[in-house]
Amino acid sequence: MYNFTYHRPRTLAEVAQLLSANEDAKLLAGGQTFIPTLKQRLAQPSDLVDLSGIAELKGIREEGGGLTIGATTTHAEVAGSELVRRLLPALADLAESIGDPQVRNLGTLGGSISNNDPAADYPAGLVGLGATVRTSKREIGAEDFFTGMFETALEEDEIVTAVHFPKPEKAAYAKFPNPASRYAIVGVFVARTGGGVRVAVTGAAPCVFRATELENALAADFSPAALDGVSVPADGLNEDIHASAEYRAHLVKVMAKRAVAAAG
Amino acid sequence: MPTVTMTVNGKQVSGEVEPRTLLVEFLREGLGLTGTHVGCDTSQCGCCVVHVDGRSVKACTMLAVQAEGAEVTTIEGLAADGSLHPLQQAFHENHGLQCGFCTPGMIMSSLELLQRNPDPSEAEVREWLEGNLCRCTGYHNIVKSVLAAAAAMRGAARAAE
Ligand SMILES: Cc1cc2nc3c(=O)[nH]c(=O)nc-3n(C[C@H](O)[C@H](O)[C@H](O)COP(=O)(O)OP(=O)(O)OC[C@H]3O[C@@H](n4cnc5c(N)ncnc54)[C@H](O)[C@@H]3O)c2cc1C
Ligand code: FES
Ligand code: FES
Repeated sequence: MYNFTYHRPRTLAEVAQLLSANEDAKLLAGGQTFIPTLKQRLAQPSDLVDLSGIAELKGIREEGGGLTIGATTTHAEVAGSELVRRLLPALADLAESIGDPQVRNLGTLGGSISNNDPAADYPAGLVGLGATVRTSKREIGAEDFFTGMFETALEEDEIVTAVHFPKPEKAAYAKFPNPASRYAIVGVFVARTGGGVRVAVTGAAPCVFRATELENALAADFSPAALDGVSVPADGLNEDIHASAEYRAHLVKVMAKRAVAAAG
Repeated sequence: MPTVTMTVNGKQVSGEVEPRTLLVEFLREGLGLTGTHVGCDTSQCGCCVVHVDGRSVKACTMLAVQAEGAEVTTIEGLAADGSLHPLQQAFHENHGLQCGFCTPGMIMSSLELLQRNPDPSEAEVREWLEGNLCRCTGYHNIVKSVLAAAAAMRGAARAAE
């Protein structure tokens, strides 16, 4: 790891000031992605700005019938929250499926979505629920937030402060985890909302996407059987040592059916 | 170099560290607490698990400066007054280790499970130990040890009532 200067500010104003004063400063949240990156010398920040001391970035609250979750809330806090279990159990299940207990104890919502790993779970939850990402500058709809592999709409110096999740009528997440890493080989988040059915897929392609052919079939009939005749194209899906594109396309449908069955 | 201060196994300690120093390096090299192991150094194996403010974390994936002001417990902090912690005793009695390299992490991880859930099922133990890899045992006796420790700790809690 290259050396750097470490800061643990107390307010967002101090974060903004540290970022503007140090061109090569980077944010640190749970460190579960960034510390391994630093160890491999894939990043060389001059300064690390630790977000863990900022009270306003933490916590889970009910808002407008849905949930607002602060950026530095850990996966374990989301999985263990009574409020999330009551209002959005599918999101608690998603958080519980991430990595292992130690990763969940440190890894955060804001860190996960800012990193936008193609196999991460939260992007499917945000796109599936039609969530809104709140930043230090603006609000961004989930579909506009995730722009490509490890790419987001965040500008330099822009900080994710929270995510707002509207409450769906029904939702569930089904994941086929890589047996070693627990990242999603394919993860499918299905939600039935006032505005229609949403099916968001992670792990299968370079970036989370909505499976419109599955959404259309489910809009007519929200049941696993409704997906029987539908096929998911393998074009453009990821191909690696873990799974071929065809196998991932197959898994998208299988996981979607499981999610619909679980949503009830 | 910044100075970091934290409570480790009940004692306040401080030391000068480079910001890039990992918590596990500070514990092992700074404080000589070599019970916490480094297996993979890539956040996969869980040999380095310690508790920070009551939560189990991988000490190879946390900076020492992030633990400023925290309460840290390592495997050395478990045995009280010279007698083994029920988890240590159970690993001993159930042959829950062969080479022992993974054992400190297995025990520190299991400790958080038993603090949250005093009566886990076998499946819950296996699922909880997702982040702990063992190259020797095949896991069966590790799971047996954790279940035996859970029973012993429930028994002790009942006796204390
Ligand atoms: C063994 C292992 C298994 C894992 N398994 C899974 C899995 O199954 N599913 C899954 O989804 N993830 C998995 N992860 C990743 C984990 O969820 C990480 O927590 C997450 O990717 C990053 O969150 P973090 O808080 O640790 O962020 P960090 O590592 O601290 O930061 C990640 C990046 O985001 C930036 N950042 C952090 N917070 C903000 C913010 N508020 N605003 C703007 N930028 C920010 C940082 O600058 C950095 O570039 C795994 C990780 C490990 C080590
Ligand atoms: S040494 Fe920390 S997880 Fe392997
Ligand atoms: S006992 Fe040897 S690694 Fe687990």
